[in-house]
Amino acid sequence: MAKNDMLGESLWDAYSNKVTTLMNNPQHQGEIFPEEVEKNGTKLIVADFGAESCGDAVRLYWEVDPKDDKIVNSKFKSFGCGTAIASSDVMTELCIGKTVQEAVKITNIDVEFALRDDADTPAVPPQKMHCSVMAYDVIKKAAGMYLGVDEATFETEVIVCECARVSLTTLQEVIKLNDLTTVEQITDYTKAGGFCKSCIKPGGHEEREWYLEDILVDTRKEIDAERMAAAADAGSKGDFETMTLVQKIKAIDAVVDENIRQFLVMDGGDMEVIDVKTSDENIDVYIRYLGACNGCASSSTGTLYAIESSLKEKLSQKIRVLPI
Amino acid sequence: MQAYLDNNATTQMDPKVLEAMLPYMAEMFGNPNSLHKFGTKTHPALRKAIDQVYTGIGANDNDDIVFTSCATESNNWVLKSIWSDLMQHGDKNHIVTTEIEHPSILATCKYLEENCGVKVTYLPVNEQGVIEAHTVKSFITDRTALVSVMWANNETGMIFPIKEISDVCKEKGVLLHTDAVQAVGKIPVNVSDMDIAFMSFSAHKFHGPKGVGALYIKNSRKLTPLLHGGDQMGGRRSGTLNVPGIIGMGMALEIATTDMETKMAAIAEKRNRIEDALLKLEDVFVVGDRANRTPNTILISVRGVEGEGMLWDLNNAMIGASTGSACASEDLEGNTVMLAIGADNELAHTGMRLSLSRFTTDEEVDFVIKTFTEGVNRLRAISSSYAKVGPTEGGEVRECELHHH
Repeated sequence: MAKNDMLGESLWDAYSNKVTTLMNNPQHQGEIFPEEVEKNGTKLIVADFGAESCGDAVRLYWEVDPKDDKIVNSKFKSFGCGTAIASSDVMTELCIGKTVQEAVKITNIDVEFALRDDADTPAVPPQKMHCSVMAYDVIKKAAGMYLGVDEATFETEVIVCECARVSLTTLQEVIKLNDLTTVEQITDYTKAGGFCKSCIKPGGHEEREWYLEDILVDTRKEIDAERMAAAADAGSKGDFETMTLVQKIKAIDAVVDENIRQFLVMDGGDMEVIDVKTSDENIDVYIRYLGACNGCASSSTGTLYAIESSLKEKLSQKIRVLPI
Repeated sequence: MQAYLDNNATTQMDPKVLEAMLPYMAEMFGNPNSLHKFGTKTHPALRKAIDQVYTGIGANDNDDIVFTSCATESNNWVLKSIWSDLMQHGDKNHIVTTEIEHPSILATCKYLEENCGVKVTYLPVNEQGVIEAHTVKSFITDRTALVSVMWANNETGMIFPIKEISDVCKEKGVLLHTDAVQAVGKIPVNVSDMDIAFMSFSAHKFHGPKGVGALYIKNSRKLTPLLHGGDQMGGRRSGTLNVPGIIGMGMALEIATTDMETKMAAIAEKRNRIEDALLKLEDVFVVGDRANRTPNTILISVRGVEGEGMLWDLNNAMIGASTGSACASEDLEGNTVMLAIGADNELAHTGMRLSLSRFTTDEEVDFVIKTFTEGVNRLRAISSSYAKVGPTEGGEVRECELHHH
């Protein structure tokens, strides 16, 4: 929230003139009847998408010339708001004159772009962007019907955000590359989730197979696993400072076993490593003296110095040993 | 020509109300809590307004009517302070309300559930869109602190059996709150007839000013304030008194409740004329019995015509109405009230609410009938629901294959 958001927007005022004009007077609204098609020797394809019970529905009509697969005529019928009707209208226009194979490449982004008054201003406010998605879906369906193939084959990747057409692989890459931790960051980087918001989490506008929140959690897990593996690799190569905590403690124990413990035991004492805390400047090793060492005058002077110097020598100059 | 048929959202101020308020803006601007004459000069008009509001809802002298900023504040106050008084510092833990309350009730209940461990029961409505008293009764437990049920519904105009519900609450010894925003000024409301502990209402719904509402509190019952501060309104609600607002509210309620039967009949006559005309269109239906509805409201469902698309056409003709199936909202569920009354999903996306007022004219009624009919015809001509040529092989859809409901 900030000054410009205090009043909320006037939704319809954010529509392009083209959206308004086409809602008021759609150019390709209507039907293609089987008799006409029969007369022309062409093929009729009529595809439905959505339903009145969903809140929006579109029926797309294609008259296709079987000789060259060209869409020679197209019409639509639509149940929906202004944006849905305008999107259907412009989608129909984009289909006319294209081959079925060309038409199937039309996306909702193309539909929205065709509704713009100028190239830099979105045709509709973010929450209405979704209306153009149905236009894209119904084209795929019609093409699948004409070509006799499953419409799913037209989609080569998993699209998580339909409004901005962002794929699962893109999202995973961007999260990893930029070390993203919030959904807001994902939206800033990819635009995914910035429009109808259905893909953010369950319970929105429509049910989705993938949600940004889940993708973020899973990808963060992968990032953590990759980091851990990297640290383990580095540690096994003996680079103490990049080791994981467990690796560090094991390495410290090994040095203590080899160089120190025998002398402590000789005097009836011992020590254990309690914790290791790493900051930019120091690696603090917390230890506790046991047996005779506990309370021995040397434990805070000579013995401590000996432990610290052998750890520094064997592992890292950043080490400080702190008895508790 | 233009027509405003969204009076359940807000109303135009009656010019007589404005006239009563004007002297208390720039001329008699004093703070009524001051000792000097600048302040005390406002007292006679405020006393009159208080009288008008007490009379308007039939309150007794030993009841309190505390002026607030709006009914949302009144609703928040009751729920949050009942939690504080009877749950946080008491042995109750439960509130009974309904699925179709205003967001200021529902969101506050959610807040109390999530943050204060309060248990809330949301009662369903019957197929008429009404909460029945026996349903309320069956959900009251010995740990129920409050029943909160609206008097009339904003979407459908359906009037709830508040008298019966108050009898149930009395019998069970539970406090009753009613959000009467859509009832006060529209239908007779007399709190002395029944056992209502708290009642919220708002001036701008009955041709009064915005920014002023009230909470009626029976027998001056103790209720921890929502707004702490100075000792305005006897310490019950702090903040400098909204002098012109209160004066406007008093005047507006007096006008609305004077000769109310005549006013109601005149509005109902116009409402019925619109409703009868629209019912002649095929495949439409109106929610709820007319006899049990506020006289100004129609919630109509028009098959094949999406609510926002219809609003668009009405708006182009300068008619203001509303729809509950906000296509623009993040959550594309249909009209919640329509879903609650068991209407199928198709109807939930085709609901249109027309709400009249005493300022609606016969010319406007004719204009609305004509424009609405034209809009339905135009949008049905575009609508896939009315297309003649069906899908070719493989082009059919299963019901709602993408969206969830």
